[in-house]
Amino acid sequence: MAEAVEQKEYWRWPETIWVDESKNWHDAEVISCGIDLGSVSTQTVIMTDGELYAYSNLRTGSSSLDSTERALNAVLEKIGDMKREDIHYIVGTGYGRVSIPFANKTITEIACHGRGAVYIYGNTVRTILDMGGQDLKAIKVDSRGKVVNFLMNDKCAAGTGRGIEVMADLLSIPITEVGPLSLKVDEDPEPVSTTCVVFAKSEVLGLMRKGWPKEKILAAFFRAMASRVVELLERVGVEPDFAITGGISKNVGMVKRIEKMLGVKALEPKIDPQTAGAIGAALFGRALYIKSQKK
Amino acid sequence: MISAGVDVGSKFTKVVIMKDKKEILGTANLRTGVDHHKTAQEAFDEALKNAGIEKDDVGRIIATGFGKSSVPFADDEVSQVVAAGRGAYFVRPSTRTVIEVGAEESRGIKLKEDGSVKDFALADKCAAGAGSFVDAMARYLELPIEEFGKISLTAQGGAAMNAQCVIFAESEVVSLVHQNVPKEEISRAIHDAIADRVASIVRRVGIEDDVLVIGGLANDPGFLDSLKREIGTEVYVPDSIAPELVPAIGAALSE
Repeated sequence: MAEAVEQKEYWRWPETIWVDESKNWHDAEVISCGIDLGSVSTQTVIMTDGELYAYSNLRTGSSSLDSTERALNAVLEKIGDMKREDIHYIVGTGYGRVSIPFANKTITEIACHGRGAVYIYGNTVRTILDMGGQDLKAIKVDSRGKVVNFLMNDKCAAGTGRGIEVMADLLSIPITEVGPLSLKVDEDPEPVSTTCVVFAKSEVLGLMRKGWPKEKILAAFFRAMASRVVELLERVGVEPDFAITGGISKNVGMVKRIEKMLGVKALEPKIDPQTAGAIGAALFGRALYIKSQKK
Repeated sequence: MISAGVDVGSKFTKVVIMKDKKEILGTANLRTGVDHHKTAQEAFDEALKNAGIEKDDVGRIIATGFGKSSVPFADDEVSQVVAAGRGAYFVRPSTRTVIEVGAEESRGIKLKEDGSVKDFALADKCAAGAGSFVDAMARYLELPIEEFGKISLTAQGGAAMNAQCVIFAESEVVSLVHQNVPKEEISRAIHDAIADRVASIVRRVGIEDDVLVIGGLANDPGFLDSLKREIGTEVYVPDSIAPELVPAIGAALSE
């Protein structure tokens, strides 16, 4: 008789819904909302008078419309008594921003990440690395979070969340554990010889057959992926302070190696750095609402 | 004199045994295992058997391919570009442009009238322009690789692949499947994407007739059809020999 095999989903990361219980949103003059519909995750941020009040960080489903509905409803449900009509202005951003029908306006994710990163890290930040599900962005900003230069790579999975998910699945290690595990080596081995995730996969299969421990394989993999990210950063030039946003900013295996290669430490986030895009969108939303009221 | 060419590729190891640089006596094509030495030896033994000769009958053995240094019994090595160029000229002397697409790399080679290499361009950093792309997608669509290549020819065209990375293409194929896009249209979109990548490499050396396509992907009629459309000229495959054996022929022809 065939045995039922449990298929674990090692790529799955935990979803978050958070509300600042110390605040009463009824006291706020302007309630703005930012929705960052990414390829892998969707963040919804609610701000009261330009301060973070609540957010959700959920997986993007196969339908963009359902994903944004779900993301906004989840955060409203957690707040309890806030309705969609109570929000004065909604700004959509991210790769699926055109699929948010209830947004008052859409703004590019580059602009939103710049603005959001300055909110999270303070106005000394000049260079932001956003490592997302399916792309990498290196953004230079001024003290107000205005973008002065940027470079993006959305053509290749190397260094992106999707590329790391593939490796987590291959090694059967939960996605949240691959980073810390990769640091459990005395010294990093030589990186895998290619930054292409498809080729790295076959190389990793070879290393598994050779009997390499998983932490050593991950160290070799992350070193190659980090070198790809550093290449992009060096093309725009890294000016401190340096900060990392996006889902992969939570992967210490990537972050530590990028810092080492650059010789620059990244700032410590005070708020979930995956929400930078949505925070930037909500801040733009507040400014746009105030401007519309003055007319 | 009898000579042998051993081409250790990333996926397959090919051996061709030739007499007087004119006639092919025997060939072999085995999956490259973890142990390259062992695979090379096994492929060589099989080619000897097919040729009906003994090891001592072979006067010279030349290795090529990414694992060319893993053939301890070879007398010498030759670069993949030179081997592919020589082999292409042998199977079709009117060839001026060689397009080679293997499992993990693709290259364009420009030949002079005497068959020597004039120029070449290579891509081996990314799977999107290589045979691995087709493997990954056929597996995802649960189609045998032959079937995946064939159905592309029956497509109307129109479905497009935006992803330039094989990893992202997998997610894109998921959504195409969800949208009930027929498999033949998906196959066509994937073949068009690979042809686009390969053509951009070959354009770096310039495309001049005749164009000969070699390497494993030359067995895929869907790829050939897309490539023809993409570069706007007729493409040929070797007449009487498997296209993946051409570099091994070139090695056997080397001094």
